[in-house]
Formats: sequence, structure tokens, C-alpha cells
Amino acid sequence: MASENVKFLSGNEACAEGAVAAGCRFFAGYPISPSSEIAEKMSGRLPKIGGKFIQMEDEIASIGAIIGARLAGLKAMTATSGPGFSLMQENIGYAAMAEVPVVIVNVMRGGPSTGNPTGPSQSDVQQCRWGTHGDHPAVVLSPSTIAETFACTVHCFNFAERLRTPTILAMDEIVAHMREKLVIPEQVETVWAKGPDEEGRQSFKPYLAGEDLVPPWMNYGEGARYHVTGLDHDETGFPSLTAANMEYLHRRLVDKVERNKKEILLYENYRTDDAEVLVVAYGSTARSAKRAVNEAREKGVKAGLFRPVTLYPIAEEEIAAAAGKARRVVVPEMNLGQYVLEVERILGKGIPIARVNLVNGEPITPASILSAIVGG
Amino acid sequence: MSMDYFQYLRKERMPHIWCPGCGHGTIMKSILRAIDKLKWNKDDVVVVSGIGCSSRTPGYLDFNTLHTTHGRALAFATGVKFANPKLRVVVVSGDGDAMAIGGNHFIHACRRNIEITLIVFNNNIYGMTGGQASPTTFTGARGTTAPYGAIEQPFDVCALAQGSGATFVARALDLDAVAMDRIILAALQNKGFSVVDAWSQCTTYFGRQNKWGDASEMMDRYKALTYNVKLADKMTPEEKAGKYPVGILHQVQRPEFCEEYDKLCARVQGK
Repeated sequence: MASENVKFLSGNEACAEGAVAAGCRFFAGYPISPSSEIAEKMSGRLPKIGGKFIQMEDEIASIGAIIGARLAGLKAMTATSGPGFSLMQENIGYAAMAEVPVVIVNVMRGGPSTGNPTGPSQSDVQQCRWGTHGDHPAVVLSPSTIAETFACTVHCFNFAERLRTPTILAMDEIVAHMREKLVIPEQVETVWAKGPDEEGRQSFKPYLAGEDLVPPWMNYGEGARYHVTGLDHDETGFPSLTAANMEYLHRRLVDKVERNKKEILLYENYRTDDAEVLVVAYGSTARSAKRAVNEAREKGVKAGLFRPVTLYPIAEEEIAAAAGKARRVVVPEMNLGQYVLEVERILGKGIPIARVNLVNGEPITPASILSAIVGG
Repeated sequence: MSMDYFQYLRKERMPHIWCPGCGHGTIMKSILRAIDKLKWNKDDVVVVSGIGCSSRTPGYLDFNTLHTTHGRALAFATGVKFANPKLRVVVVSGDGDAMAIGGNHFIHACRRNIEITLIVFNNNIYGMTGGQASPTTFTGARGTTAPYGAIEQPFDVCALAQGSGATFVARALDLDAVAMDRIILAALQNKGFSVVDAWSQCTTYFGRQNKWGDASEMMDRYKALTYNVKLADKMTPEEKAGKYPVGILHQVQRPEFCEEYDKLCARVQGK
């Protein structure tokens, strides 16, 4: 392992490195704390490797530009935080509807509104899932470490390409700004959206999906001359507002993520085999939770941690399995209770679920999680 | 005009949505004549639009076509062009799309001078949503959201484009297709960001609400509201007051964005 591949990086820097490793060659963004280092890093990195960097006039333009860039053939990403993420929502829906694989990084700050621009938060979790209007698929990853931030950024590109859908990397500010060792691999596995077969290429139908519900992809300029719209459309890409077509399209967009869910579910089971108290935590909060679990074990309490890395789609069966022996569940989050809604839905009323919530810009400490584990 | 329009049209998408008397089809055909004259390869052409009557144009054209969100066509188009500068990018937009919700993208595309041609199908009204006042509705004119007449001053699309840094700025009227052909052809050949303020009468909403009459009467009113820029020197300020110049109004050479970026890459790569 060459020593230059060992770095001491922040999460934001690791995200930029992961994007480059994944093949991202187009970045459009707008400055916003606490995500700006990603744009800064990309502005230095991309020109050196023949990639494109552009600072746009706002976040709406940024996501518009990356969707255009991907249609023209380059893997593309943007990065932002709460207020900018809110501005991007309409075009996140466009990318989902038009099935353009792009990556949106949201470094979560406290909100609503301008909120706490440099403080940590996990309060955009439900916005990541439901921020844009209408029923739509969502693929959201949330890393806990710097190494995982690098890996998750690569996954975001690969999952986007695999499923022809936008993906969201939801970092909290602690992960974004903390520094850890990162060993950048010589090579990472990269995925590109699959093209049509020869017959499909001759009469390209950009939204004709096969068994896996993911239609084939061609770049603009490759001879297909197809149409892309945010309107309801049929397999040709042209607007179609027939009842049967609309029903099929909206179900397919959501089902394609559900059907291929097992390929993109990332999670960690930590000491859950015999856990009588299960903690479900993600992002930097999961680091505190892991320590709390260890301390609980030292006190003789059989605690365990289920750490979803893929927040959406949800590892429903896996969460249920991790809670198999649990008498109680604890869900700590730097928000007023967002992912806990999913956990409550999955586990039902039969099991008490304690919330540990903090929205004061401080991290959730191991001690506060521990007291919820042992104190119930 | 012996050119075969159908080689550029998606016949199966017809009939189009535009009302009788609307000028949008005239502008679309003028764009096609310019592209035909330039012998652009259809595979290289990308036509991008936002939302509105004009923004349905791409759907009818046999190019790579991108119908985006309201106001954002220039943002998407910037991504397309910058990602693959070999592509020829034309944006078609309306006055509401380009000048209201898309106003920020408009001024920055002008400033950036990226090689894209924007044709604003300017009918002074939101047609698709039923005739509301737009940023180019003339002061005093009516819209369904200005039932007593608009009290705001309209944007002068060309003055705004020039002030923002566009390197080609022109105004064309649908009633003079020959002049429009010449202007759009020149716009497509400009190495930089080009803006054509293409006037197109909306008989259904603007004409009816303002009692401006049918298409031909509206065209007469357009004539009365404009003058040929070539005659500007011979006109008194009083004669020009409240009127819009028509023709190529501004054309300068300035470094183009994608080319400048390539130079930057060469520099940082030590080439």
C-alpha cells in the first residue's frame, strides 16, 4: 500500500475523494455551511483529472446542472445543507421521475430555516425520504465514520447507476467535519447504468423496463435522440396521461427500489445476537450508541446496536430480526424523533421504544444513551 | 423554402398544443431553418426547455430533447453543454419561464457566456396556466391576475441580457420570419451565450383580455410598438420613446466558458 493512499481527512474531504474514485467527473454546487469543503475540494481536484467543476448561482441551478451533465454522459454530484437541500427538492423529484442517476450530498445542520449553520443535526432524515412532492423512491445513505463516508459516496454513485435514480448521502455535521484516517483503495468497484442491447439501441425506448424495473440508459449525443420530461410519460419518454400508464409508472418507480432493495441495504449488527435492549442509531450518533452498548454490557445489561447505513429503503426485516430478543428499544437521534417513526412502524406496539432526542447543536453522548438503555 | 421540415419533426407527436393564431410555430420553424442551414447533425443537437406553452417545443423536434422544470432550463442546459461541449445546445423558454422564475439563471448564463442559444418565446403572458400577467406584460395591460391592468414595469429582455453580459442579443418578431431566420442563424453561430427575444402573439389570452384583436391585428400592434434598429440613428428620441428596437442589438466577442475551462485544465495539469 503506497503511503500517499493513507490520508487524514474530514468527512467532507473523504466524500470528495469517494466521488472521484466512483468516477464522478462533474460537480455543480453553491457555497453553504457545513458542506462547502466538498465543493472546494472538487474545484481543486476535478480540473486536474479532466473533470468539470462549476459554481452555480444557487442550489436549484446546481441540481439542474448535474442532471443535465449526467444526460450528457458524466457522473455528477452536488453537495449542500438544509436550506439548499430544501431548494433542490423539486429537481430531486425530477431526477426520480426522469430516472437520471445523480448524487446529492446533504450535510445536515440544525433547522428549520437557517437554523444552526455549523452545528450537527439529523433533522433532515424524513426530508431525505419525503422532501420532494408526490410518491417517489428514495435511496438515502448515512455514514458514521470517515472511511464509511468514502465508501458510501462510492455506493451512492453505484446505487444511482444501478437503479437509475437519484441517491442522497445524508451526513451529519460531526461526520462531515471530524477527521480520521482513511486508506484510499487503489481501485473501487464502479457501476455505470446499463445500456440497451443491440435491438434496443436501434429503436431506443428510454423508459422500457425489464424484469428488474430499471430501464436502459443512453447518453445524449449517442444517436438515440430521445425525450426526457418530468411529465407522466410512457416507455418512449413522451408525455402520456392515460390512467393505465400513470398507474404503472408511479408504481414502477417506487417498486424498482423495493424490488432491488437487498442489493443496496447496508447495515451493521453490533452485539445484537442476544440483545435484550436494542439501540437503533445511525450517523455520528451510532458512535455514541456503540460506546453506550459496550458500557451497558460491562454493567451486565445485554445491549446491542443495529446501525442502518442505508436509511432508505429501510432494512425492515433486519431491524425486526435484531430486535428479536429485545424487551426494549432505544432510538437516539439529533432531531425530535424522525427515524424512530420507522422503527415504531416496523416493531409495532408490542415493545416499548424509548427516544433520546437532542436538538441543541451538541452531540448525543454515550452517557445519555446508556441511561436510556439501563434506566428503562 | 424547399427544405423538408419533417426530417426534424416528430410527426407522431402532432398535432401540437398551440392555439390558432399563436406565433410559437413560426419561431419553431425558424429555428429549424437555421439548424438546417448550418447542417448540424441531429444527434449533436440538444433542445432544452422549462415549463409553459413554448416549452412544449422540444417534444415535437427530432433531436435530443429535455423538458425540465419551470424556470430551470438554462441550469440543465448549462450542465449538458459543460459536460459535453461538442453538443449544440438550444434553449427554448417563455417570458415567465425565462424572466420570472428563471430570472436568476438567465442573468448568470449571460454573465458566464457559455455557448448556448436562448430563444425567449415572448408573448407577454402566462399562456399555459390561463393568461396571468408576466414580467413582460406591458404596463397597463391586463392579465387574469392583473384584471385592472399591470402596474409594474416590464423587463426589457434584451437590455437585461446585454447588461448581464450576453455576447449576442437580438429581438425578432414572428411577423417577419425572414428577419427572424437571419437573427436566429446568427445567434446559433455565436461562440458564447446568445439571447433572442422572439415576440409571439398570444391571441387566446393576451389578445382577448386586452381587446387586441386577432393574430393579424396583434401583429400590427407589434409593428407599432417596435422599430428596426438599423433606423435608430435616423429617429428622434421622441419617435423611439416607449418602443422596442428589433434586429441584432448587441454582438461582442468575449471568452466562452467551456473554452476558458479547458484552458484552466491545461494550466493546472501543466500542459
